[in-house]
Amino acid sequence: MTKRALASIAIAMALSAGLPNISWADTIKIANVIELSGAGATVGSNWRDALKLAFEEINAAGGILGEQVEVTDYDTQTDPTTSRAMVQKAIDDGAYVIMGPIYSGSVKVNMMVAQQNGVPQLTGAEAPFITDMGNPYIFRTSFGAQQSMPKLVKYLTEEMKVKSVAVAWVNDDFGKGGRDSFVAELEKNGIAVNADVSSEVGQADFAADVIKLKSSNADAIFAYLHEEESARLLKEIRKQGVTQPIFGETTLMNQKVVDLAGEAVNGVRGHVGLSANAPIPGIEEFAKKFEAKYSYKPDHNAIKAYMGAYVVKYVTTKNGKADRQAFADALHGLTITPADEPGILMETSWDDKGEVNRESFLVEVKDGKQTVVSTLPKL
Amino acid sequence: MNTFFQLFVSGLATGSIYALAAIGFTLLWQASQTINFAQGEFIMLPAFFVLAGTQFLGLSFPVAMAIAVVLSLLLLGLGFKRIIIDPLLPHGVLPIVIATIALGILMKEGVKQFYTAEALPFPALFSDRTLNVLGAAISVQDIAVLLIALGAVALLQLFLNGTKIGRCMQATAQNPNVAEILGVPVRRMILYTFLINAGLAFLASVLISPIYLAKFSNGETLGLIAFIAAIVGGFNQIRGALAGGLLLGVIDNLSAAYVSASYRSAVPLILLIIIILVRPQGLLGKAEGRTV
Amino acid sequence: MSKRTLATLVAGLAILILLPFTQSNYGVFVLCSWLVYSISAMGLNLTLGYAGQVSLAQASFMGIGAYTTALMTMAGVPWPAAMIAAMVLCFVIGLLLGYPALRVQHHFLAFITLAFNALVVLVLRNEEWLTGGTYGIVGIPRPELFGLQTQKPLAFYFFVLALFVLMAVALYAIIRSPWGRAFKALRENPIRANSLGVDIRKTTLLAFAIGSSYGGLAGSLLAQLTQFIDPHSFGLTISLKVLLMVIVGGAGFFFGPILGALLIVLAPEFLRFTEGYYLMIYAVLVIVLMIFCPTGLLGLVERARTALKLRQNPNATTWEAGR
Repeated sequence: MTKRALASIAIAMALSAGLPNISWADTIKIANVIELSGAGATVGSNWRDALKLAFEEINAAGGILGEQVEVTDYDTQTDPTTSRAMVQKAIDDGAYVIMGPIYSGSVKVNMMVAQQNGVPQLTGAEAPFITDMGNPYIFRTSFGAQQSMPKLVKYLTEEMKVKSVAVAWVNDDFGKGGRDSFVAELEKNGIAVNADVSSEVGQADFAADVIKLKSSNADAIFAYLHEEESARLLKEIRKQGVTQPIFGETTLMNQKVVDLAGEAVNGVRGHVGLSANAPIPGIEEFAKKFEAKYSYKPDHNAIKAYMGAYVVKYVTTKNGKADRQAFADALHGLTITPADEPGILMETSWDDKGEVNRESFLVEVKDGKQTVVSTLPKL
Repeated sequence: MNTFFQLFVSGLATGSIYALAAIGFTLLWQASQTINFAQGEFIMLPAFFVLAGTQFLGLSFPVAMAIAVVLSLLLLGLGFKRIIIDPLLPHGVLPIVIATIALGILMKEGVKQFYTAEALPFPALFSDRTLNVLGAAISVQDIAVLLIALGAVALLQLFLNGTKIGRCMQATAQNPNVAEILGVPVRRMILYTFLINAGLAFLASVLISPIYLAKFSNGETLGLIAFIAAIVGGFNQIRGALAGGLLLGVIDNLSAAYVSASYRSAVPLILLIIIILVRPQGLLGKAEGRTV
Repeated sequence: MSKRTLATLVAGLAILILLPFTQSNYGVFVLCSWLVYSISAMGLNLTLGYAGQVSLAQASFMGIGAYTTALMTMAGVPWPAAMIAAMVLCFVIGLLLGYPALRVQHHFLAFITLAFNALVVLVLRNEEWLTGGTYGIVGIPRPELFGLQTQKPLAFYFFVLALFVLMAVALYAIIRSPWGRAFKALRENPIRANSLGVDIRKTTLLAFAIGSSYGGLAGSLLAQLTQFIDPHSFGLTISLKVLLMVIVGGAGFFFGPILGALLIVLAPEFLRFTEGYYLMIYAVLVIVLMIFCPTGLLGLVERARTALKLRQNPNATTWEAGR
């Protein structure tokens, strides 16, 4: 009993004495708090790889203000609680800027910690509430859903003359967030929601979902699911011979879905905030570099991270110092153009809430290729 | 009615996939009281063996499949038994549960780290041309998967009941001590069971992946459903696992359509609880003669 | 309890009191999670280690405790009432679940509790009007004690530590009571215990319910620690994690779950340098541990000690050399 108690305590001491306490060094520390395991591992890996690519380029070109950038990955395990702890750890480790995470549920929890400590955070999350909480340190790298959904709904009402919609969505915080913003926007425009069909992450069989969508007799179907589930849903839609047009937001027209579902994706239309297929030279070049290095195609999360890295470089260089408060102050109301900084890829503005504004695209998948139908101007 | 038939047929097709995974569970349980929590990952992995062969080594699809069969048997059959199960068997069920959970994590993370975190398309073995059967859309692929699952179970039953080795395996499953006294090479019989499980996992993998896509995390959902199917059908009967798998596939669709989409995954869980309380040996299972 | 044991315990407590002062905010957060998970694992150890029942529902009880505390304190109920309510609710649900489930025992109990855990997560996600659905609940207040706020990490650490010590002492008392001895008798030999007048079913049921209420308390502390809860934080993987803590430390040893929780909570810290490989290494370590020491680390210590005693006194039987 005694020895056992002693042993446990000794081990406890030995282990906790080893908790790392890293102090400042003369590098610029970027904390990449991101989904590297769990459900978000796929999007998180895209983000991490692109971020690594960007900072390697930046370091090879002499770093920021002559200092090398040191990127540390913190795995959130796609778990909000862990992500909060990781942000705390990143701050204890002396992070200058926090990059990520992508899952809105995680950002909701950890952005408060970054705010309390005055550390700027560039997130990949798209849920509307993130920029509505009066947090002066949070910045998006892509549209919030409250910006993209209106663009899509406007297209549905004005160009497609749609009067009713059937919605298919995946029941997690990604799907729920998108579904809620979309349905709210439909109601604002007086469009009926004929069917509201939720599905599970990792669901194999979409027969029941498609039957509900089909029998709703809606003018159009809107699908908001992760890539694999999108692919399975589209295959089942084609199998059951559904004739309504299908619309989506970013994910549904993703190259990944095209690779996975093949012909079933042809004819799908929708709005895309960022796309590796966008007819923009900077993005095309980035996609080429990324694929050469990692031998897979980047998705929109990779573009977010790559741009984010160059935002850090541009703003810090502009400020002339790596100061957190100055960074947050400078980015509010800033517009960065590719002429200022090629790494930004597209002209992008931030408002005083950290919301992003840039051009976006209406696309259609034709012959297994995402093609841009029209480019929507900045709001 | 049309709707119901469509749901039923689609459910059978998905259910036959669950059944293939569930059969492995019951086999291992019978032979060695092993509850394999990595079963889902066992089905995820062989597809990546095939993909690695075609993509990295530039092999043709049939050659890659052949190599993947051998690798599956070696790693998921022989290796799994020798390295993990044999040393753990004397310590009872719990350490095996923990070790197989860890093994599942290892396999999942290994694929993610050394291969990719992305989902990959997998070449279909059968045409996915859609047929119209009595108003329900069903693909050639669905029918083929269903037939193969039924065929696999029939062959297994034939093998177990009709051959000497099969009967020795059954004897081993029922009472290893007595079997040993009667001169059955118990250890080899158990090994055969592990090899059959690995073979079934390979079969399930190449059948599922064209529909389900190959992804490192596929095992998470699949493993749990297969597990539930095995218990519902009867943990100690191969045909129980088949029935359990088919039943779960159909029930999942019916409850999504007629009960509630957001509670669709609750129905199999409730079924599981009821079955255990009312009929712990499962729908088609026999009450266990062996105390655990 | 011998003087030496007492001295060791006092020394241990002193370390726990001094340790957080040497740590960063993150370090204190990690220490808090360790204590919280220790409470949960202690509860499961009562069910598993002493009463011999495999439960895979510990995370669901943590979830029930966490949501009860969060919803009640945010509705203005004082925190002690909310936390007690969380424990009582988990105790009652433990009884209700355990009563039918313990009929089947062993691996079937594991299956039932596994299904129960998954069901609880579904309810937490789907009943949005009550639980906030998939987004969870943010901004759970931390308790105020004698006018002292525990908003600061250090203050909250001491609040958790106090409850941890209280729960550990309570558990010790339970195990030492005649009733607790019945648990042990039960695990070693149920048939003999039964013939000696131990009501197997009642005793196991109570062990399960008490273990569940420990989970409930751990959950309510977790809600206050992270000030955020969502259904996913209480999924099956967390139940397996708590189970792993008990097994790795040593099921049936009083300090087993505490040591196990320490290792599992700290594992990511020590393996972080391996980057993407850390979960793989972690998995391999668990497999190796199970192969070489299925009774956990404290089991290993005990085995070594028995071996040593046997060498000193070769005539003793293993039984005499043991405790």
